[in-house]
Amino acid sequence: MLDTAGPGSAVLESVLVANRGEIARRVIATARRMGIRAIAVYSEADAGLPFVREADEAVLIGPPPPARSYLDAGAILRAARDTGARAVHPGYGFLSENAGFARLVSDAGLTWVGPPPSAIDQMGDKISARNLMAAAGVPVAPGTTEPVRDAGEAAAAAAIIGYPVMVKAAAGGGGIGMSAAAGPGQLAAAFETARSRAERFFGSPAILLERYVTPARHVEVQILGRPGGRLLALGERDCSVQRRHQKVAEETPSPGVSPGLRARMMDAAVRAGEAVGYQGAGTVEFLVDARTGDFTFLEMNTRLQVEHPVTEMVTGIDLVEQQLRIAAGEDVSFDPDEVLVQGHAIELRVYAEDPNRFLPSPGTITAWTEPAGEGIRVDAGYEAGNQVTPFYDPLLAKLCVWGPDRDEALRRARDAVASFRITGLKTNLPFHADLLDSEEYSDGGYDTLVVSRLRS
Amino acid sequence: MTEVRAEMVANVWKVVTAEGEEVSDGATLVILESMKMEIPVLAEEPGTVTKLAVAEGDLVQEGDLIAIIE
Repeated sequence: MLDTAGPGSAVLESVLVANRGEIARRVIATARRMGIRAIAVYSEADAGLPFVREADEAVLIGPPPPARSYLDAGAILRAARDTGARAVHPGYGFLSENAGFARLVSDAGLTWVGPPPSAIDQMGDKISARNLMAAAGVPVAPGTTEPVRDAGEAAAAAAIIGYPVMVKAAAGGGGIGMSAAAGPGQLAAAFETARSRAERFFGSPAILLERYVTPARHVEVQILGRPGGRLLALGERDCSVQRRHQKVAEETPSPGVSPGLRARMMDAAVRAGEAVGYQGAGTVEFLVDARTGDFTFLEMNTRLQVEHPVTEMVTGIDLVEQQLRIAAGEDVSFDPDEVLVQGHAIELRVYAEDPNRFLPSPGTITAWTEPAGEGIRVDAGYEAGNQVTPFYDPLLAKLCVWGPDRDEALRRARDAVASFRITGLKTNLPFHADLLDSEEYSDGGYDTLVVSRLRS
Repeated sequence: MTEVRAEMVANVWKVVTAEGEEVSDGATLVILESMKMEIPVLAEEPGTVTKLAVAEGDLVQEGDLIAIIE
């Protein structure tokens, strides 16, 4: 389904992938196809994973805890120097949205496969990002324009914004450090929860408050910033299926987005990217009010997104290839005026967790059989015999399914879930079976609370 | 006497209680961390913590003893 780069298309000699699991494997696959030498780095916990074996070279960078391996900028840069790497691809998570790391990479004379560090900084702080977006004419929800320092300030701000409000870590991401308050009685607790997580996970106590839109759909737009400053939008992804504010399943096109809304969101996403001089692949996330159809800016992810495969499946464009080309100063491999969206794609995140309470389930994988067939793509980080450790996120694989229309994609997805066999630990595959069978999801009229309704 | 055991492989992020402490039913004893998620381990009955078997930073396996409450 992906377009193929011919020989001689190598835009970089080599790339070090500063990540692990499925995304490291996925970046390595495209790099190798383009004739680029792919270098993996790994922690002691990951020595047996497929991405280490599939890279041209692999360097052990430290013990299992992320702070001493995948977040250790010094160890990663030493690995780059020792292997003669010419570029660094950060994947998602870990150091991908760390502007300081991006600058270190550039200062070391290496190519950073990502946006300018200034764009990461501007979007990394959710307060400055909101203010910047409002100034650029991108719709934002009512909220605070400066950091909220204590529960008293939060109460005063919430009274003006109006309940329900979402209390968020300004430096947060990945659904961590967010807490909703339905009314004044819940605000102090929501504030304390958000602030303690903000300090612990993001090293910054800055908090913002925003009107909590509910019921809502979480819809994001893929953008690509081309050399020379031209931006293009590659359609949307619906990410409303979430547990604990973290995505579980995504699809494109969104069944809740009309052609008119899509055009307005794509236009807003391009303006968001232009406001920060964006280059490379990025994603602008919006909340769509399920009642009114209005949308507001949520945040921008200045990196490749976990769920990027659904966009690849309906456009035939390899987004990692575009990232590598743009980082090397080349234009995209396709004609931006001729992008054709075909069919429907769904991604199901297969997590190592119990399918009812969604609690982590590390363990050893005793059997692993992936589904195969027309329209099926599995981006897996593991295989039989691998140990899934408690040190990293629970994503085992992304089961991606394409069909000529949504009904056919759903049908293929149900079959694929039924034939995906993973033993040795608990997975959320039974949850995906329930999701695909549910009327709410099948109808397409779901919102961000669909998981809580399915599991109440 | 109740033995409180780990439900899964996890890192001990925070020890909230201490040996000799009186705890109520549902009190948080320790907070584990696994796969980027915090998992509070709670007392299932009121009593005194007579043994605390873990320290912050420890890696516990499924079924490992965390605390004894009497």
